[in-house]
Amino acid sequence: MESLGVLLLHPLDTYLEQELDRRCRLLRLWDAPLDRRGEFLRAHASSIRAVVTGGGSGGGGDAALIDALPRLEIIACYAVGFDRVDLTRCRERGLRVTNTPGVLTDDVADLAVGLAIAALRRIPHADRYVRAGLWKANNGHYGLTTQFSGKRVGIIGLGRIGLAIAKRVEGFGCPVSYYQRTRQQQAYPNYTYLPTVVQLAADSDVLVVACSLNEQSHGIVSREVIEALGPRGVLVNVGRGAHVDQPELVAALAEGRLGGAGLDVFEAEPDVPEALMALDNVVLAPHMGSGTRETRKAMSDLVLANLEAHALSKPLLTPVV
Amino acid sequence: MESLGVLLLHPVNAYLEQELGRRCRLYRFWESPREEFLRAHAGAVRAVVGNANYGADAALIDALPALEIVASFSVGIDRVDLAKCRERGIRVTNTPDVLTDDVADLAVGLAIAVLRRIPQADRYVRAGLWKSRGDYTLTTRFSGKRVGIIGLGRIGQAVARRVEAFDCPVSYHQRTEQASVYPNYTYYPTVVELAANSDVLVVACPLNASTRHIVSREVMEALGPKGVLINVGRGPHVDEPEMVAALADGRLGGAGLDVFEDEPNVPEALLGMDNVVLVPHVGSGTYETRKAMADLVLGNLEAHVLSKPLLTPVV
Repeated sequence: MESLGVLLLHPLDTYLEQELDRRCRLLRLWDAPLDRRGEFLRAHASSIRAVVTGGGSGGGGDAALIDALPRLEIIACYAVGFDRVDLTRCRERGLRVTNTPGVLTDDVADLAVGLAIAALRRIPHADRYVRAGLWKANNGHYGLTTQFSGKRVGIIGLGRIGLAIAKRVEGFGCPVSYYQRTRQQQAYPNYTYLPTVVQLAADSDVLVVACSLNEQSHGIVSREVIEALGPRGVLVNVGRGAHVDQPELVAALAEGRLGGAGLDVFEAEPDVPEALMALDNVVLAPHMGSGTRETRKAMSDLVLANLEAHALSKPLLTPVV
Repeated sequence: MESLGVLLLHPVNAYLEQELGRRCRLYRFWESPREEFLRAHAGAVRAVVGNANYGADAALIDALPALEIVASFSVGIDRVDLAKCRERGIRVTNTPDVLTDDVADLAVGLAIAVLRRIPQADRYVRAGLWKSRGDYTLTTRFSGKRVGIIGLGRIGQAVARRVEAFDCPVSYHQRTEQASVYPNYTYYPTVVELAANSDVLVVACPLNASTRHIVSREVMEALGPKGVLINVGRGPHVDEPEMVAALADGRLGGAGLDVFEDEPNVPEALLGMDNVVLVPHVGSGTYETRKAMADLVLGNLEAHVLSKPLLTPVV
């Protein structure tokens, strides 16, 4: 694919960038200063046939970008979430879109469980306490937390990631329930289906967001859901910040209407509300769900393989559109 | 058991203390100087309640002529002089099983926390660095890592069950292999071999003369620069100065530690390290479990007083 002109929107990963540079004709959007991006795109529009974008704060692929690139054929997302890509526009233009499902499932599920245990057992808080010399100063005292094993885990979205989370928490004796648009009772007889997110929250001690972000799931964790989860409930978000009504979440945590949270994603990354940073009952992570060396290499290889398949007119490996 | 004189060695748990105060004749060891207390009350003490860090050693046992039972608010009873108790015909109980899940949860939680740097990343966000420096550094995957467990007892088995759900291959070392019981787990006849074949090494055996410093320099070097040590046993299971040096040098990749040789003292050098997670002996520290432990201590004392079989005797 040496003649494939690829526009990389953000410096996502060193290995990926190196390989794109080696194997394609790579253009880096950030080589142009922010106020000269339009010019840059115009200058190179005729050679850009592929765009590589990330998820979270590295995400791009909106209508404006698509419209600026008349020769664009494919958008390859270095992420499983492609909520920043304007799929409608892509379909209109006949563009292909790929993402990186599967390879990051385990890491995101591991982090979800890690955040749940960290939140319930207050691991980061305890670590801070020890490092600040308080264990000694308080004569060996530290407060009590609550047990993780056996807690009722409710999962919003029983897709690849949701299922991986379910499998893991079952090892801790946690009963699993879930909500999603369609029930899958036959496939998962051990998991209880709840027909609404509010009911799921009411019946859960730990509520995990593991669904994709789209129109229906935007703000799915509303004030009502948060209050149903309650003063002893814990919310774990490894989906997208936009899944949750963030101001409501912050208020509920500060006021004790929600017991705690483990958050890997936020509405406007990398901005995290000041109010959250002051709380002891939350664990905050900088969108690192798939942030392991093993997975990022696998994601890079999947992006490259999709681009290569496209260049060779072969079936794409992980197409969304 | 209103007439049972119970000596509580340390204010280990409010509920336990309340109940002991309500149901027995409670003496609080920390309220007066030791010698003064013993002169005044030694003869009235028939039971001692301690915990992981406060136990009935030989000196205390010798000072309590009427002692009949030591009920520890812990599963580890390395601070109780068992030989002396046997000599004197003193019963000893602990609190197994009720805390198994919590300790296993913590072991796994610490492993994920160390490998994925959860507390460090949380600090990164709170310090505003995500905004000023960008994304956090890449870490390493937990799923599929080889987990080696020293001691496949209640806690070791509970850890094994949990990590299996993350597709972690499990191996173990203990005094006897149990191949028929655990066909899925690989046995290693020495701790060094176990460490050499593990990515995460978990200490989950009891502390006694043969397991002191079982995690030696050799073991830690076999675990290696990418290996992670998880200690939810006792501080003395590990050669602590060697561990600190190995972590500082990079000969050992990382550690998740709930216990230390001289609690609540933690080696200064560890406090500044980014490849460790440190927690203040909270293995069984949940409301649910501490209440169950307290009820077990009370249940054992009551059984003793009523001359019924003890619930969880060690001696």
